[in-house]
Amino acid sequence: MNSRRIERRFNIIRTLVAIAASLGIAIVIILLVSKDPWNALYNFLVGPVTSLRRFCNVLELAIPLTFCGLAVSMIFSAGLSNLAAEGSFYTACATTALAAILLDLPPVIHPIVCLLIGTATGILVMGIPAVLKLKWNANELVSSLMLNYICLYIATYLIRTQVLDSSLGITGSVSFQTTASLPNLVAGTRLHLGLVFVIIAIIVCWLTLYRTKLGYSVRMIGHNEHFSRYSGMKVGGTLLVVQLIGGALAGFGGATEMIGMYTRFQYQGLTQYGFDGMLIAIIARYNPALVPIAAVFLSYIRTGADIMNRTSDVPMEIISVIQAGIIMLIVAKKFLNTFEYKQVVNQSKERLEEKEM
Amino acid sequence: MSRIFSIIFSTQFFYSILRISTPIIFASLGALITASAGTINIGLEGMMLFSALVGVIVSAFSNSVLLGLIAAVLTGVLVSALMSYVTLILKSHITLTGIAINMLAAGATVFILYLVCGEKGISSSLSSGVLPRLELPLISEIPILGEILSNHNVLTYLALLMVFLTYLLLRKTRLGLRIRAVGENENAALSVGAKPIKYRFIAMLLSGVLAGLGGAYMSMGYVSWFSRDMIAGRGFIALAAQQLGQGSTLGTFLASLIFGAADSLANNLQTLQMPSEFVQSIPYAVTILGLVIFSIIKRKQQVKKLKEIMKQETARIEK
Repeated sequence: MNSRRIERRFNIIRTLVAIAASLGIAIVIILLVSKDPWNALYNFLVGPVTSLRRFCNVLELAIPLTFCGLAVSMIFSAGLSNLAAEGSFYTACATTALAAILLDLPPVIHPIVCLLIGTATGILVMGIPAVLKLKWNANELVSSLMLNYICLYIATYLIRTQVLDSSLGITGSVSFQTTASLPNLVAGTRLHLGLVFVIIAIIVCWLTLYRTKLGYSVRMIGHNEHFSRYSGMKVGGTLLVVQLIGGALAGFGGATEMIGMYTRFQYQGLTQYGFDGMLIAIIARYNPALVPIAAVFLSYIRTGADIMNRTSDVPMEIISVIQAGIIMLIVAKKFLNTFEYKQVVNQSKERLEEKEM
Repeated sequence: MSRIFSIIFSTQFFYSILRISTPIIFASLGALITASAGTINIGLEGMMLFSALVGVIVSAFSNSVLLGLIAAVLTGVLVSALMSYVTLILKSHITLTGIAINMLAAGATVFILYLVCGEKGISSSLSSGVLPRLELPLISEIPILGEILSNHNVLTYLALLMVFLTYLLLRKTRLGLRIRAVGENENAALSVGAKPIKYRFIAMLLSGVLAGLGGAYMSMGYVSWFSRDMIAGRGFIALAAQQLGQGSTLGTFLASLIFGAADSLANNLQTLQMPSEFVQSIPYAVTILGLVIFSIIKRKQQVKKLKEIMKQETARIEK
């Protein structure tokens, strides 16, 4: 076993310990604050698998989370901190809703057009911080976070002025045309064709990142930008392309979510899926193949927290503790690294001894 | 158009700039201190949110605004200590840790709010205190200036004082020199015995104090309650203000005022016949614009510097 494999193994262990530690902290908090902690814990941890409907809820929620996780994984692989996935997703939801309401198209073509419009919106939104970065080297983290707020207002404006259903009492759109909806996979649940799309997206992302020249450049730039520039890679263009791919994924995810899960636009604020996508990307270490696992995990604790919220006295916001804990512990280089170093040292010693003999 | 001008050229408008800029000034000074130490405090947003909540809760239960303020500042320091520990001692990615702190704050404040008053949106069921406003003795007599400068919240004056104190700290004290040395050149600082981690830790704690004051102002001055996500990006606007200020205290202060003015204009335009969504976007759009302007200026300076070096070098070679 070489030191690289030790490193990889410890990355997995570190991730699992980080998740376990964060879950542990959340459980302790639940035990402290709840009047009926065992009921709360049961619903939180086991709740999502107690019925088929709830389990399908987990999978439904995992679809947008995976799309956003893939988007952020692609972008973060290149060492960028563009968080406009949130705004891309949300704005795409709004434009998709417009397309689903205002366009008159035959059944199969209508959802396809909706998906294309959502994807284009995602690319457009993500392109703004990407171009600002490319042209003027403007900090993409701050610009993308500011852009997310602007996206929230633009989307609300579009819905409010174009397709508002004033009978709702909240800012929501009128119903989508029935031709626009994606078909359901399992009767009686909301699990939709998006599940197939997301599997394709995972495969395409993995192939792009690990089996193409573009993907190699992206990972190389993320590893060492100066080296990549020195060795003749077109750094600026590659960074722009990978961010636009991220925007396309988030936009497509938003469009899928809209016409797969809902019959009208009724979000009242940002969905936070873009930020969840970042958490997922970090757990998966930016590897698209691991993104769905991380997404299902997050979706599971989300669904569990939601059930707990409804059935006990513990609010679902407890999961922010888990999320923050996981991020901080996974990205901490020194967390558990003494063990890793010891293993590497021991192994090197063994090898030296073997040589001497 | 004339109505917009009548808004801009009124004393209320200038008064509201100071009122609205206060939290941004606090946070941007915090950003300035950490930036001087060569790191970036992405967690300002979350620190302010935590402080705003704790200030309200403590002031409500102790019936003392002062205790609320102190608790808010301590909270800012505590959260920044957590963030510093994870980034500096456990060596984690500073940006991601900052985002994690913000995520934690967004959820945990709602969680705590629910436990304390059974609501998830707003702390209106708590009777929390408000920090007093100050009537400035002589200045309030001056016709126009008095109306603009007097009768602000005590924390607004503290923010102005902090601009001065931050300048003194960074430029005139030993500690400030060390902090800047660590930020300027880590290895050089280390060679004269200034430990980068130590001074970055101190800088983070100081920015925690400032974020705590900013958070306290939001919930105990700007308004008299806590509501979820009430910081609404001000921590990030402050980061942009610090960048636009190009590392100078006065520049950071002026940039904060510009963003405050944009926010204030947006608030005032809401009374006009304009889509409220566009008006609400103004502060964020102005922030992006400011960021771009900063980046263009910075790039131009770099090019200029390089050209000068080239000139000197060619002159040297020709000799």
